[in-house]
Amino acid sequence: MREWLHLHGAEIARLTFEHLWLTFFALLLAAAIGIPLGIVLTRYERLAKPVIAAANIVQVIPSLALFGLLLPVPWLGENAARLAILALTGYALLPILRNTYASIRSVDPALIDVANAMGMTGMQRLWKVELPLGASVLLAGLRTATVTCVGVATIAAAIGAGGLGELIFRGVASVDNGLVLAGAIPAALLALLADGGLGLLEKRLSVRRDA
Amino acid sequence: MGRATRLKLQTNPDRVRQERRVAGIEFASVRYAVNAKGDAQRLLIRDVSLVLEAGTTTALLGRSGSGKTTLLRMVNGLVMPTAGEVLVEDKPTTLWETLTLRRSIGYVIQETGLFPHWTVERNTGLALELQGASRQEATQRVMELLALAGLESGIAERYPWQLSGGQRQRVGLARALAADPGILLMDEPFGALDPLTRAEMQSMLRDLLARVRKTVLLVTHDLDEALFLAGRIIFLDRGEVVADHASGDVLGSENEHVQRYVAAVRRRSEP
Repeated sequence: MREWLHLHGAEIARLTFEHLWLTFFALLLAAAIGIPLGIVLTRYERLAKPVIAAANIVQVIPSLALFGLLLPVPWLGENAARLAILALTGYALLPILRNTYASIRSVDPALIDVANAMGMTGMQRLWKVELPLGASVLLAGLRTATVTCVGVATIAAAIGAGGLGELIFRGVASVDNGLVLAGAIPAALLALLADGGLGLLEKRLSVRRDA
Repeated sequence: MGRATRLKLQTNPDRVRQERRVAGIEFASVRYAVNAKGDAQRLLIRDVSLVLEAGTTTALLGRSGSGKTTLLRMVNGLVMPTAGEVLVEDKPTTLWETLTLRRSIGYVIQETGLFPHWTVERNTGLALELQGASRQEATQRVMELLALAGLESGIAERYPWQLSGGQRQRVGLARALAADPGILLMDEPFGALDPLTRAEMQSMLRDLLARVRKTVLLVTHDLDEALFLAGRIIFLDRGEVVADHASGDVLGSENEHVQRYVAAVRRRSEP
């Protein structure tokens, strides 16, 4: 065991880092698109249904197929990591977009009414009232997106983007369960860690309303 | 005295109080229609004309759906009339800059609408925060306001969920008075309170209104409350004014709408 770790330890660490890197950038991109878009949708209600439905379509494409389909696309297909990050962004987008929209819609209409009556501008209402009160719902979306991304990122190895999936694919090909586990266990731990950490933050941000 | 001056923080109340002008409200042939099913339009307010003198307290009384709240919300531009106009300080609400209009009008609703993520202090000082007052100025004013509403200063650090219903309502009132508005709109302010707390709050409000000169528009379905707090009572039914009395004349009124209202209350209070 010690020998085995000595042999593979460095590689596991490198691939874990790669895995994190892919996930992190995909989430960053998805949040940068999903949060503002979700907010805009609450201001233009008519667009909400079609836009969320469109984001939903990405979600239902099997991940291996999506990676395969994007491979021949110019510019994207040239760099495996680039392609992987973009595909992962697609998967992370829906939960972030949907929960951002829901988080703002979840704010008590009486409070929105008071915010307007007190003479808040739209931006003041957003920053002072809607986002703080909806924060826990928004974060729940971010949490779902993170867990999804960590999982789907293992598939990215199929197109040579690296990450812990590389160990899994290699293990499967060479019928080496040790190698499969060396990829699967860190990936599972990452997902659990992200889920737990964000869950804790979500709890902290939820606003108490009654005695 | 201009709008800008009136909006200024009142750090020295004695200096400003005498010269302050209190705003009056006028409804001029106001209508409000909403789209019902198909092409039909439903009139929620049909041709209401009223002048509310500056510094007076007027109650709007009527059953649910009679248009009381809609009328009240027209004053601060939360609802814009479909026809006619609402004038605040002799100026139509359409010509007011919306934010300026709203910031110069106090607003109190049932269940108070306190922001649950903010302390009492931040809730109360919100109007000052929006005007860009310094923290120090705001804190000082908040303490004055809490005292005015009969609250101890120790409450400032608490959150709304840590308060009783009566305390919440007092904070809601203090918040509405923060920017020293000339107009106070109150929509069923004590609707969610138990009868004893409610009576306490009514007494407190009456004392308070006697000290600060405001034009108050109060929406209620409680005749006792209207008689106790308001100098004038306007009865609404299906979007129309059906009676308009000084509160002293209500109990002896010949008007059938008023009589029905009075009879309903009398029956309730019989042993």
